[in-house]
Amino acid sequence: MSDHKTLGCAEISVGDKLPSLDIDITTGLVVCGALATRDFEPVHHDKTSAVATGLPDVFMNILTSQGLMTRFATDWSGPEAVVKSLDLRLGAPNVPGMVMTMTGAVTAVDPGTGVVEVEVLGENNIWGMHMQGSVELALPKEA
Amino acid sequence: MTANELNAFEDEINAFVGREVCPPTPAKDDVNTAMIRQWTEIIGDTNPAYTNEAWAAKSTRGKSIAPPAMMYVWGQEGFAVTTGRPADAQADLVSLFNKHGYTGVLGTNVKQEYFKEVSPNDNVVMEMVIDNISERKTTGRGPGYFFETLSTFTNQHGEKIGTQRFKVLKFIPQEQPAAPAAEDTLQVPTRIASPRGHDNKWWWDACDAGKVLIQRCKSCQTLRHPPRPMCGECQSMEWDSIESTLDGEVLSHTELHHPKIPGYQYPLVCAVIRLGEGTNIVSNVVGCDPSAVHIGMQVKGKVEQVDEKTMLPQFYPASSGIRS
Repeated sequence: MSDHKTLGCAEISVGDKLPSLDIDITTGLVVCGALATRDFEPVHHDKTSAVATGLPDVFMNILTSQGLMTRFATDWSGPEAVVKSLDLRLGAPNVPGMVMTMTGAVTAVDPGTGVVEVEVLGENNIWGMHMQGSVELALPKEA
Repeated sequence: MTANELNAFEDEINAFVGREVCPPTPAKDDVNTAMIRQWTEIIGDTNPAYTNEAWAAKSTRGKSIAPPAMMYVWGQEGFAVTTGRPADAQADLVSLFNKHGYTGVLGTNVKQEYFKEVSPNDNVVMEMVIDNISERKTTGRGPGYFFETLSTFTNQHGEKIGTQRFKVLKFIPQEQPAAPAAEDTLQVPTRIASPRGHDNKWWWDACDAGKVLIQRCKSCQTLRHPPRPMCGECQSMEWDSIESTLDGEVLSHTELHHPKIPGYQYPLVCAVIRLGEGTNIVSNVVGCDPSAVHIGMQVKGKVEQVDEKTMLPQFYPASSGIRS
């Protein structure tokens, strides 16, 4: 996004795919993501607490997942896009050592309002679906 | 729980619908560039609308904005939650569920809608209510109830900037597998272990040694697979075996999509393969796009280590020139 270009609604069709994005789930990302979202629940920064819930290690908090999902959408659309909604179904936890692959495709385009809907799947390589949902973006009509 | 007790319990939980979890509360800190920078660095978000003031000043908005996914961040309680959360209607509802055995908790859905962007120096005011509670449901985790909180966000001018709906399942936990031991390395799941009984252990042992054997009746020479004690042709229980060359042809195939089973690599094609010796074997076709697999396809097998513990024959397109 170095050129800061923003897609125009007119250039987008249902079925367009977003560039996929691999996220390395590290302890740093899990813990720092939790702190950057002011989520101090111990399961996101204290391994002993996380293990007590039956998981092998600290796990990613929802606010970080939400952040990654909007980033994935606006990396593609460009910075003038206005995020209208973010709808996530939550699946398996993201735990350090995993890689989450995010993929997405355009599922609706409304040329009248410039709003496009993108369906996004974030799957980790060990346990599968971490999050699945949609992001709505209002785009300029022309690029 | 009798029907009357269940009704009484449901009346008690349903009385929580509409109750306030937190009254409209201004965030302790205004929207600010320090928290935005930290968030964007960690999320890896280089959107100039958040952190590039020079770009933002010339953009349609004329100023920088906070990432919309930070909407809930501004009102977070902070470090105090490490020692417990304050009593509120949601905590009361949760402890009522816990008291009746619904101790399991799972966040299942979160939906945010955004009506207006916020910028540094704005203040986000949040209020939350318990919006709805489902009927009793049977779920994969156990019987339970979904409850949903609705948070509404306004700015310092009283303009509505967004909402968040958060759905939580409270359930009676069913017998779960033992918690994994705390280890420094993540356990990668393996395939389901092969059953090794009196009649088939020899076959799997040969597979571990890199060979696929086919059982042969000593009396009438008929080949059979999978291994079993008696010949279906002549009822003899005397047998030996031959080693397959793993030249085969696809008789039937399917691609497994969902649910994804831990320990298997996807895409996953399962096929019935007719071996050159004449018996059939169920295995995987690998080394090509699933769409290339077809009935009649010539394949060549190779015994491979498919995970930390498992040796299995895997079949490749014969045209790939692979050798067993």
